[in-house]
Amino acid sequence: MTVTTSPQTQPVAEQPAAEIPRRKRHRTKDTASWPVAVLGWLGSLILFSPVAYMLLKSFQTETDAASPVPKLIFKPTFEHYPEVFGQGFWAYAGNSIAIAVISTVVVLLLAIPAAYALAVRPVRKAQDSLFFFISTKMMPVAAAIIPVYIVAQQLGLLNTVTVLIIMHLGMNLPLAIWMIRSFLQEVPGEVLEAAAMDGAGRLRAMRSIVLPLIRPGLWSTALLCCVFSWNEYFYAVNLTTTTSSLPLFMQKFLSFGELYTAQVAAVATVVSVPVVILGWICQRSLVRGLLFGAVK
Amino acid sequence: MTTIAPPAPKTSSRRDSWSRRAPLLPALIITLLLTQVPFVMTIWYSLQNWNLLNPGRRSFAGLDNYQQTFTDSVFWQSLGNTAVLTVGATVASMVVGLVLAVLLQKKFPGRGIARTLAITPFFVMPVAAALFWRSAIFDPSFGLLGWLTDAVGLPRVNWLSEQSMLSIIMISSWRWTPFAMLVLLAGLQALPEDQLEAARVDGATWWQQFRGVMLPHLRPFLELTALLLSMNLIQTFGEIALLTAGGPAFGTTNITYYVYLRAFQSFDYGLASAYGLVALVLTIALALPALRLLSGIFQQEGRR
Repeated sequence: MTVTTSPQTQPVAEQPAAEIPRRKRHRTKDTASWPVAVLGWLGSLILFSPVAYMLLKSFQTETDAASPVPKLIFKPTFEHYPEVFGQGFWAYAGNSIAIAVISTVVVLLLAIPAAYALAVRPVRKAQDSLFFFISTKMMPVAAAIIPVYIVAQQLGLLNTVTVLIIMHLGMNLPLAIWMIRSFLQEVPGEVLEAAAMDGAGRLRAMRSIVLPLIRPGLWSTALLCCVFSWNEYFYAVNLTTTTSSLPLFMQKFLSFGELYTAQVAAVATVVSVPVVILGWICQRSLVRGLLFGAVK
Repeated sequence: MTTIAPPAPKTSSRRDSWSRRAPLLPALIITLLLTQVPFVMTIWYSLQNWNLLNPGRRSFAGLDNYQQTFTDSVFWQSLGNTAVLTVGATVASMVVGLVLAVLLQKKFPGRGIARTLAITPFFVMPVAAALFWRSAIFDPSFGLLGWLTDAVGLPRVNWLSEQSMLSIIMISSWRWTPFAMLVLLAGLQALPEDQLEAARVDGATWWQQFRGVMLPHLRPFLELTALLLSMNLIQTFGEIALLTAGGPAFGTTNITYYVYLRAFQSFDYGLASAYGLVALVLTIALALPALRLLSGIFQQEGRR
């Protein structure tokens, strides 16, 4: 997935749809003076430093990692990484991948038609419907967890991958609708009119013209949904125990405590690497998707 | 937007309006099932005596649970904690995120790499980050923060027990600052260059340009950032569960964590439901200004 999406994310700059947010980028006085550049680098490095520190510690022996003065020079060890993959790691990782991929695919299958009904061929009071979807994101998850738990128990879904897929669906759907709707609105009007023709042509026009145009946006929506699903903890901890996703695998290391800092660092690195890479790939279109639904 | 789709015709037939509605229905039904139905069930549960530790004693309780909710000081404390955590982390993330966005807006060598490094904390698995921070950064004897406070001559602090709320705000802000930066950076890039140019020609200082041109332009972006951050931060759970377990003395128990404690540690489903509902109502009351703001943004968009 990683390999195939990166070339698709690039061409977005040339597409007419992408020009709207970018037209003001005249590069006249846009080069930073050196103090700004230094401060910019410094700020970024400070934000990144805990991640770098995590990477560093994962290659230290536990003795080096427990040194009261951070050791920057040490003899690297790879002993912690093989340890990560024991204790059922692959079962949790497989679950995490299944949950993220399946819930994201279903989210997209539901969100694309919904976004179409909000942007291309709008229902009456489309604004209100959109508003409803977003408002569900503001409800504290805690207010609904008990009925969810009890219904899942009665259906025999507790401690299954299925229950997490279903809950992640509810969690990501509003966001996906919001983002895809914004991408649809960036598509030029003539193209949308073609897609909104009456008759059997509507579906085909959508599939063969409109969707390919917003493909980079769809990828970034999918990637963002995957990231949120991958990192989700509240439902995982409340609805599952042994058959669960990576955050619960990670949680096992809570009992390890201070003496296993390097081991924790290695696990934390391994479980974070996939989403960090996906995040780097989709960072640019992610902002466009979030922003242009609301502010222009 | 130059052209949006043709508006719904006024005299739309019933068949037409159903064909418009059909694509929306599956998503709408799923969202209703997953968010609104549990909510209605919570109302029902909250009216019952229902504690799993007292089996066989499930009965109708009327408003007893609510009475208990309103007289429980820990509940009010957890609401206060939720507010402190949400507001504190939102403000911190936005201030740092804005400064970073301004710094990373202009071209300099390696800017792309700097931006990519800065955004990374947002994608690191929160549970993983919390566990790592717990031992490698917050630990009083060999954490990074202890070493830093030594270096500047401050006394060592046991962060997670003495400054527990500050610690939670710190790690949450670390996670959400990159997100704030991304959104504000996008806002800055849409800044009309000619206005800044005009201000420069008029001899405005850097600060005057910032106050007079940048901030007003950024306002909707700042509002949107605040909204998205607070929406997420109000639900903080993992960091609390893994770093402080809500302590010390409920000092970092927010409402999400308190409902969790009541439901899944004391198994008092009735009471926990009442807590959840009261929290929901109060959240809506507090979030109403935010919601109104959001609908304002959408209406503006509709007018275009």
